[in-house]
Amino acid sequence: MSLTKEESILEVRNLRTSFFTDEGEVKAVDGVDFSIEKGKTLGIVGESGSGKSITSLSILRLLQEPVGRIKEGEVIFKGEDLLKKSKKQMMAIRGNNISMIFQEPMTSLNPTLTCGEQIAESIRIHQKLNKKKAWEKSVEMLKLVGIPSPEKRAKQYPFELSGGMRQRVMIAISLACNPELLIADEPTTALDVTIQAQILELIKKLQEDMGTSLMIITHDLGVVAEMCDKVAVMYCGKVVEYADVKTVFTDPKHPYTIGLLNSVPKHDEDVEGDLAIITGSVPSPFNLPSGCSFAPRCPSAKEICHATLPELAETSDGDKVRCWIYTDQWEKEGEAVSRHE
Amino acid sequence: MSDQALLEVKELKQYFPIKGGVFGRTVNHVKAVDDVSFTVNEGETVSIVGESGCGKSTTGRAILRLDNPYSGNIYFQGEDLVSLSKSQMRKKRKDLQIIFQDPYASLNPRQTVSQILEEAMEIQKVIPKKDRRKKITELLETVGIGAHQIDRYPHEFSGGQRQRIGIARALSVDPKLIVCDEAVSALDVSIQAQVLNLLKDLQRKFKLTYLFISHDLGVVRHISDRIIVMYLGKIVEVADKKSLFNQPRHPYTQALLSAIPSTNITERRERIILTGDVPSPIDPPAGCRFHTRCPLAFDRCAKEEPKLMSVSGSGYQQVACHLTEESKA
Repeated sequence: MSLTKEESILEVRNLRTSFFTDEGEVKAVDGVDFSIEKGKTLGIVGESGSGKSITSLSILRLLQEPVGRIKEGEVIFKGEDLLKKSKKQMMAIRGNNISMIFQEPMTSLNPTLTCGEQIAESIRIHQKLNKKKAWEKSVEMLKLVGIPSPEKRAKQYPFELSGGMRQRVMIAISLACNPELLIADEPTTALDVTIQAQILELIKKLQEDMGTSLMIITHDLGVVAEMCDKVAVMYCGKVVEYADVKTVFTDPKHPYTIGLLNSVPKHDEDVEGDLAIITGSVPSPFNLPSGCSFAPRCPSAKEICHATLPELAETSDGDKVRCWIYTDQWEKEGEAVSRHE
Repeated sequence: MSDQALLEVKELKQYFPIKGGVFGRTVNHVKAVDDVSFTVNEGETVSIVGESGCGKSTTGRAILRLDNPYSGNIYFQGEDLVSLSKSQMRKKRKDLQIIFQDPYASLNPRQTVSQILEEAMEIQKVIPKKDRRKKITELLETVGIGAHQIDRYPHEFSGGQRQRIGIARALSVDPKLIVCDEAVSALDVSIQAQVLNLLKDLQRKFKLTYLFISHDLGVVRHISDRIIVMYLGKIVEVADKKSLFNQPRHPYTQALLSAIPSTNITERRERIILTGDVPSPIDPPAGCRFHTRCPLAFDRCAKEEPKLMSVSGSGYQQVACHLTEESKA
């Protein structure tokens, strides 16, 4: 295990982020652990409200304080804890060592600056190039991300480009300083499938060429299967399963992962009859159930699941799963009890 | 399912004017739907798939005359909806209902659930006033919302529940055809599966016919009997589910299917990556509209528009492509 630790570029340990609202505390991220190996891709997957986006914002310390606050944990990037850095130090890291691609390319680009200026901005800040050199580099970046006639496009504003083109510009900005880690938060969710295929292909190719490590946050299990090496499945602010991509899709362990995979309508498989479903809905973050958060929706839940939260523990084949079924305790427990709310 | 056509769309065109110049004259048109014909049989689920801007939602809205069509005919049970007056059409919407994508935006936030459903019943005068409350409770139970929630406001419900309310509203007037415009697209997968199963259930129970508009081919494969693939305002392929997914004929359908990221990790397929973006519907390419991005395009594609023609095979399949036509000849 020590070997993988040396190779990992990012290690998140026991991260806890909460939002303090008028109605009370929301534990958006509640004890999350994972690591990303150098040059590899980690996928964080989960439904709305699972805390996947807040995890990424916490890593870059982009939370809106004081409403959102990181309460605990460590984010070790190349051996240093990002949570201990000053604001100024963080600014030097963001966009330079770690950069981010957001879901909505229209709202995350500045509408009053040309595409070229926006790419040049980050180059000038981090690489201290002069205006002319930075501009040349930004045109070069546009070319790299496959934008036709980059000289012309660099002088255009975001509204003049299509959604796919805008996402390419976002990628150009994020890769301009050759970051070691790229965090992509739903990078293709707003795009049509044929454009999504182009963008995913582009990200993959650039990752190979530049040796960037990648963290993809998505709700789309197809994207995870195509892009990732490792997967962390999140539910209600916790990682419930953490394994390599093949295991997750061929031999999922956690009942939530299994349910999630079964409820996706597949375009490349015949499904007769009804889809398998997960009953109920995600509990309110203000009123999480005691024990395992998934227990009220879990078909196999027993008394212990409703009472005590299981640990994210290693199974016999090295994957991690947060579920009582895979513990010695399970056999000693009685029959399944459903407690639907 | 029967072979009786419930809905017949003929040469439907939907052009939206672009105003310009000093006098605000119409300078051009966005050709959102350009000569589309198809039929939907009773009890069937027909899906329209395609990417943003292909005209799938516009087609759905034109059928209900939420936007009046530019030209063409829409026959519902043999009657041309286009020829109806506004008030006649309003009455007709008792039989044709729509479920929208965004459950947050399509429910009035100032009305309780029972008021929302009652309003629909009031307009269509389907049920006498004294029986409405009972019917509303029944309807909500059918879609999986408890009777105790009947006087709550939309904001008190989750996204999936709100979509269930939208479904209950559509059902409240006892319709024959429901247009589902991206009805499950805004929902998380676990909730999406619940709503899809519900829609299938309701179809069996109330003998409904669905026109299902979606960009998600997984969902479409699950729910439809027949599928219409649209590209830039035109139908490029129509086929039954089996033929379309097992043997897509149009190069666009093939690319679309291969572009979807698959959860099947053990079997990796060859992927067709289309270059470029969808052209503007204001000035669509001449000939086949897909020829600018088609990996198989040849001379004829840029000059001549292909017609939708049947291809021989085991099932029902029509394709608008010069390639299939030439290989046949």
